[in-house]
Amino acid sequence: MTTQTITRGETVLDARGVTMRFGGLTAVHNVDLTVDSGEIVGLIGPNGAGKTTFFNCLTGLYVPTEGEVRFKGQVLPPKSFKVTAAGIARTFQNIRLFANMSVLENVLVGRHTRTKEGFWAAILRSPGFHRAERASRERAMELLEFVGLAHKAEHLARNLPYGEQRKLEIARALASEPGLLLLDEPTAGMNPQETRATEELVFAIRDKGIAVLVIEHDMRFIFNLCDRVAVLVQGEKLVEGDSATVQGDERVVAAYLGEPFEDAPGAEEIAEVEAAEAQAAPTTDAAPGKESDR
Amino acid sequence: MTTQTTAPKTPSTPAGSAAGLIGLPPRLGRALATGGGLLTIVSTFLAWTWTQDFPGDLTINGYPGGLQVLVLISAVLTTLLGLASHGVKGLGWLAPAGADAALKFAALATFATAWYTVIAISVELGGLVNLEPGGFLVAVTSLASLVGALALPFQRPEPDPLDPDAGRVERVKHRSAHTWETVKAAFTADRPRPLGKLPAYAEILIIVAVLAVSLTVFTYGIGTEYDELFIGFLITAGFGFAALSKSGLIVHASQITSRHQNITVCGAFATAALFPFTQTDDQYATLGVYILIFATVALGLNIVVGLAGLLDLGYVAFLGVGAYAAALVSGSPSSPIHVHFPFWAAVLVGALASLVFGVLIGAPTLRLRGDYLAIVTLGFGEIFRITANNLDGTSGPDITNGSNGISSIPNLKILGWDLGAQHDVAGFTIGRFANYFFLMLIITAVVVLVFRRSGDSRIGRAWVAIREDETAALAMGINGFRVKLIAFAVGASLAGLAGTVQAHVTYTVTPEQYYFAGPVPPNSAFLLAAVVLGGMGTIGGPLIGASLLFLIPNKLQFLGNYQLFAFGVALILLMRFRPEGLVPNRRRQLEFHDEAEAPAVLGKTGA
Repeated sequence: MTTQTITRGETVLDARGVTMRFGGLTAVHNVDLTVDSGEIVGLIGPNGAGKTTFFNCLTGLYVPTEGEVRFKGQVLPPKSFKVTAAGIARTFQNIRLFANMSVLENVLVGRHTRTKEGFWAAILRSPGFHRAERASRERAMELLEFVGLAHKAEHLARNLPYGEQRKLEIARALASEPGLLLLDEPTAGMNPQETRATEELVFAIRDKGIAVLVIEHDMRFIFNLCDRVAVLVQGEKLVEGDSATVQGDERVVAAYLGEPFEDAPGAEEIAEVEAAEAQAAPTTDAAPGKESDR
Repeated sequence: MTTQTTAPKTPSTPAGSAAGLIGLPPRLGRALATGGGLLTIVSTFLAWTWTQDFPGDLTINGYPGGLQVLVLISAVLTTLLGLASHGVKGLGWLAPAGADAALKFAALATFATAWYTVIAISVELGGLVNLEPGGFLVAVTSLASLVGALALPFQRPEPDPLDPDAGRVERVKHRSAHTWETVKAAFTADRPRPLGKLPAYAEILIIVAVLAVSLTVFTYGIGTEYDELFIGFLITAGFGFAALSKSGLIVHASQITSRHQNITVCGAFATAALFPFTQTDDQYATLGVYILIFATVALGLNIVVGLAGLLDLGYVAFLGVGAYAAALVSGSPSSPIHVHFPFWAAVLVGALASLVFGVLIGAPTLRLRGDYLAIVTLGFGEIFRITANNLDGTSGPDITNGSNGISSIPNLKILGWDLGAQHDVAGFTIGRFANYFFLMLIITAVVVLVFRRSGDSRIGRAWVAIREDETAALAMGINGFRVKLIAFAVGASLAGLAGTVQAHVTYTVTPEQYYFAGPVPPNSAFLLAAVVLGGMGTIGGPLIGASLLFLIPNKLQFLGNYQLFAFGVALILLMRFRPEGLVPNRRRQLEFHDEAEAPAVLGKTGA
């Protein structure tokens, strides 16, 4: 623990009793979550469960109404730019790149907290300024190399295809040299191949010693990737555990698919419904029901 | 636009095929355009009218004068482009993007200028009878040249499929949309072919030539003595510039200048410094100084608006603070503080006062975003003016002398050089305004330096990031408030810097100079317009925008009360057809147009 090298098992993020209320609405209620270094933790839950609100509490965009979030033992400051400086970087659910800046410039903006050159340094252009600028560019190019976008460094961010924009957002977040990376639905809208590639990328990030917390709806992605998964339902943490535990938990299935009826339909009713459907099928091409939703 | 009526009425023309807007054989059209241009050149050497009542003396055979010179220039351009479109050897460099579209614009320039002149002669002198044969000739030849140019083939766009159930209104709408597309396609050029690498000395020579041409054009525009000539100048310059940009020369020139950025910037300043030497008296140097003050302040505003994206509608107040501060310590008899600071100290005082004022206004207001910020800054700008009006000893403490302002500000004396007196240097007479022009040029250089260096650095990227997406920028660790305050303060001090010189140039500082909107620039509305018109986030944009916005009201006095109206119409048209401004930032160009029209890769000059 005394050395600077991050060993697995050290708690990086420690959220205790985080509650977020908007007026009368409690979006997140009393959630505890820890993330250890070198760990990939998933956060899942149905739509509107409060995942992104919880993320925003972790990144200083919201200040939790109750509870506290500690990062490496320090209580997080209430401003998002200070949180980034402390070592938590994030991506956004709907990509928020600086669309009219080049790919390289986007990553350089990510370096902001790790460089110090101010206005006067920019005007006077001392050797120190040039050195820092060069170092930043080298580091940014390394990161672009890492996510596989180095050949597009001079393109405008807006001209990148969707999947590469996601990658660029991750590179930009990594540029702030975080101890913890928060990914908000990194594979939304991706095809299976792109999702696979993202998986590899997240593993590679983990191997750099960076802890990762992922929100995602793609269950296969989550269960392949994560060491631990927490389920958030209606603002509260339902279960937490490894993939098998979560997958096997009835409450999770119920939260996603809904509870069975009080008295589940008997064979008689099912036959009745099937007969009615068979009659209706030739005239209407009705949307398939839940039974056929494999 | 007269061409719109000549647009294809024949729906039988297969879409996608190549045919001209006017149904003439392309070879004939090409010959007609070139020949028309050639004959127009000849006709400018003839007399166009019999009396010297029309300004510019168009009565002399063998010596073009006034508007004839403009027609001559555009006709030469037309002829050269015509020859280039014939594929004449040695002229290929003239049209790297194909000569046809450029030829159309050049012919349009010739036609518009010539017909404007002919019509102006007939109207002002009362009837066609006042035209000499030369006048009729130029009308016919320039028209022939335009008709020929319009007959050149181009790639017709496919019409959008029309809903067969569409009503009559929709049919008309559809047809006019297609017509408009066709006309637009007729004037569209290809992508210019890539520019090969030239030897360095050749490229530098080209830069020198470009700068020389710009100086000539600018000097000519500033020196136009009567309304007709200035309007003619605007027509020729506008269409001529369009022709050059369609020919691809502008793209090539900007590629060359971006290869040698430092040389270009230094060269541009050297060229600007030559301007007073082209003037024989101080009459037009005055305009030069005022334009330079206006342009410098606009460039400062461009840091705030163009880079950081903060819409500041009260920017002229910072110019005012600088001017007042400098006036107070200038030793003027009407200043309540009876001190006389040397210039360097006055500049520091002016810039610092503006800086403090900027931080005071910025600290509470920069927590607002977008429209709210605009409204609050607008309010603060007015508060400054009204406060300056009230600090007259009766409504408040006696500081600014109220609406009388601080008058008789003495001329500056820097290192023994009296800026108020005339000097003779190497045979050239340098008058008072020329002196101040040089001083102002130094201030402009400082602002350009600050703009370039801060824009391409950590702080500049943070500004752009804030402009692009404030939430994401905060999440990237940028202290938004601090960074915006720096932009605001830098912009304010640069305006204050310009204000210190302005106080001495105008002798008097009064509150009326710092309205939000008024017929005379600089005021906040015109400053913002100069930035938007010229192109946000560029250096050249505000300089060109400010020159135009200063010159046009100044030269077209006959517009009188319609000045602001005309200004509004012009802005609307510009926003409709060229929303990225006259000098587009490459980023902006990508923002407003499809990718096909703009480069996909952001070069080094993008910022």
